[in-house]
Amino acid sequence: MYGILASIIDGVLVGSVYGLAAMGLTLIWGVMDVINLAHGAMIVAGMFGVFLLTDSLGLPPYAAIGPTMVLGFFVGVLLYWIAVHRVIGRPALMSLLSTFSADMVLIGLGTAVWGTVLFNVPVSLPGITWRGYTFTGTHILAAVLTAVIAGGLYLFLNYARLGKAIRAVSDNREAAELAGIPTTQVLSLAFGLGVALACTSGALIATLFPFTVLSGGAYQLKSFVVTVLGGLGNPAGALFGGLALGLLEGLATPFIPVSWIPVIEFVVFVVVLIAAPRGLFNFRRRS
Amino acid sequence: MRPLAILRRPFFWLIVLATIAFALVPLRGNNVELREELILAAIYITLASNLNLMIGYAGYVNFGNIVFFGLGGYVCIYLVNTLGWPLMLAALSGGAVVSLLAYLFGLGILRLRGAYFALATIGVNEAVSAFVSNFEPWGGASGIYMSIEAYQPLGGAMQALWTIYFMIVAVMGLSLVLSYAIKRSKFGLGLLAIGQNEDAALVLGVPAPRYKALVYSASAFLPAVAGALFFFKSAFIQPSDAFDLTLSIEAIVMVMLGGQGTVVGPALGAFVYEELRSTLLTTAALSSLQLVISGGLLLVIVLFLPGGLMGWVHRRWPGTARILE
Repeated sequence: MYGILASIIDGVLVGSVYGLAAMGLTLIWGVMDVINLAHGAMIVAGMFGVFLLTDSLGLPPYAAIGPTMVLGFFVGVLLYWIAVHRVIGRPALMSLLSTFSADMVLIGLGTAVWGTVLFNVPVSLPGITWRGYTFTGTHILAAVLTAVIAGGLYLFLNYARLGKAIRAVSDNREAAELAGIPTTQVLSLAFGLGVALACTSGALIATLFPFTVLSGGAYQLKSFVVTVLGGLGNPAGALFGGLALGLLEGLATPFIPVSWIPVIEFVVFVVVLIAAPRGLFNFRRRS
Repeated sequence: MRPLAILRRPFFWLIVLATIAFALVPLRGNNVELREELILAAIYITLASNLNLMIGYAGYVNFGNIVFFGLGGYVCIYLVNTLGWPLMLAALSGGAVVSLLAYLFGLGILRLRGAYFALATIGVNEAVSAFVSNFEPWGGASGIYMSIEAYQPLGGAMQALWTIYFMIVAVMGLSLVLSYAIKRSKFGLGLLAIGQNEDAALVLGVPAPRYKALVYSASAFLPAVAGALFFFKSAFIQPSDAFDLTLSIEAIVMVMLGGQGTVVGPALGAFVYEELRSTLLTTAALSSLQLVISGGLLLVIVLFLPGGLMGWVHRRWPGTARILE
């Protein structure tokens, strides 16, 4: 009984990081109607950011997360101007393909430089033991940091001028432009923010699991599932979606062979897309 | 267009000629290396042409199109290896089964529009891939090795490879003919209307849900047969090869590169892309940059040349639009 509970709690802890990754994806989708298929590459970028900073500069892993987030932001803005700016407003296929091509280029460069070997960021933290089950410190800290970042995002979007501008552009770009908001710049900053969130989640994942240049794909797919669960465009929903996915994984692991879990995830994904495309956690009523 | 009217269009005969040429070229001098290259090219052309039915005509981006290819391969290998069926029957059955599944799935996911549909097709591909990885009767994650005896009814391995080559080229030719026939039919007109503005098409009486399900199913048949033949030839199938999402998206690149919505476009795009890819893979310095260059190429097309190569050709020489569709 407690084994199951422990599994669920651990699943939820890891799930929060999935939620963080998905928040970046869903923010970009909500603001500019673009599904960032370079999301996986950005998660990997975050992983390698932490790795390089700890490996070459000797920074403690958690100190590397901040710089990675900032770097991710600038990479995101750059990516916007290169791949996304010209395809805003064009049919969805165009933005899907342009971001995917960026993904191909980045992953291609990554494999050329680092190959497909496993990398690891050595982190050890004391865990919490409860009734014989240990919750690793890294999982707990990752969840706590995710909560802090999510809270920060909420405050930013609701109380900061730029955050409100982002929401305005996301509601109605023309009206925002008429109100004097420089929408193109806001879009680029929003894209940068979304990518920064993806990089940060990658940075956190690097403290949890080993990774390769190709790891991004799996997390990108998980991000899709979480984003759909939470409703595209809804960052709070994405966090809850992540927790739900983590819960699902935690619940399933004691009973089902691990290899069946992706099957369940993708079936849930397709079913939710068909039955509730607005997501399960969409608390705002959008007209 | 009445069924036999297609025989009077010059473009149809161009397709037939090209297909025959494709089939005969490696026969000169028993050029096995060229044959292997052309098999790959033919497979890509088949995938791209059928994908074009969804992307170029109906305007629905099927990101997970490779699932048809992989499932066709699995059904065929299972039928041949475990139940001892002859190749032709197994391949066609693979096509039929996958088409039927596509129709049933299509009824569900074709209700979605735009990017939601694209994501759903990825979900379907990944779900099928993950399922097959766990499905022991189909070899699970390690796949199925086909026994060499399966080549005996075809006259031994050497002879069989040639026979399979001709069958794959035939499937390629059929894909092009199907593409052309649909484009010139009332069905195709309806699809193009759906692609341009689905709601307007509905209002004008186009039975969109039925047409969409039909074209989704039709776009599954020949890739499934191609998959059946390809994996039979390889004598080995595993989930990571069968449901390779990268190849699925490369098929989209081929369609975009050549020009979506045309018949020649996807074929041209597939051929050019395959040549580019194999050249990159065999040049030592560039092999690790294959993805980078393909990605860069795709980005340039999307940003500056959305009509692809054929789009550019048609604009530059307007007369070609009537003959080279």
